[in-house]
Amino acid sequence: MSNPTKMKATATNGVTEVRALMQHEMETGRRKDESGNLVPAWYITDIKVQHNGRTVLEGQYGTSVSKNPFLMFRFKGGKAGDKLTLSWTDNRGEKRTDEAAIG
Amino acid sequence: MHEPDCNTIDLSRRHALKAGVGLGLFGMFVTLGLLPKSALAAVDRKVFEAKTLKEAFQAMGGLAPADSNLINLDVPETAENGATVPVIVESKLPQTEQISILVDKNPTALAEHYTFPEGTEGYISTRIKMAQTGTVVALVKAGGKFYKISREVKVTAGGC
Repeated sequence: MSNPTKMKATATNGVTEVRALMQHEMETGRRKDESGNLVPAWYITDIKVQHNGRTVLEGQYGTSVSKNPFLMFRFKGGKAGDKLTLSWTDNRGEKRTDEAAIG
Repeated sequence: MHEPDCNTIDLSRRHALKAGVGLGLFGMFVTLGLLPKSALAAVDRKVFEAKTLKEAFQAMGGLAPADSNLINLDVPETAENGATVPVIVESKLPQTEQISILVDKNPTALAEHYTFPEGTEGYISTRIKMAQTGTVVALVKAGGKFYKISREVKVTAGGC
């Protein structure tokens, strides 16, 4: 089971700034465990952030994204109380969507 | 910390030429307009397999991106931990559609690729892994053209 993305967004002067911290191991497939066995690749491949159902950012990840990926970006519009969702899919096909209200 | 795990890098580079043929073909299809436009916004997953910057640029359809001082790339000069290197890219180029972050010395060059719909600023703050000292490249597509900026980051402990 995956853990929820921590997301915080604030709207100032018509611009919303979003900070998100996804919870994911982001294994490259090149790391070895204590017994010397390769840990299989396991990482987020796609992300999407939506504001009231409209896509405001799409991203694709490879294996060089840090564990528990951090993201900050800004979009025009948005006001306190509006709904933001962040969805991700990983290379095992696991998906999750978390939401937050703009503060 | 995990240096021995990075030893695959040199070996995989030897196979780069082979992989480049396939990626080059993909790039050609893109250039010829044989692939749907949506394949340009979201990059084909194959681009993430590119070993070198050149292969990645080709596969993305941006064969020779011009250097631009309208892109800011904020990275530390020295990263003590290659597992989390903070990267901020800010594009002041009008009509910024995409930002990609690449690392020349990582086993695969492309780390992240973002698509910006109308109304989203050409700005991203993120954290990436770097296997060793190398160059971080921000590749920006704006108004249908590719631009880039590069910065070297010294990595004292690689993260792979």
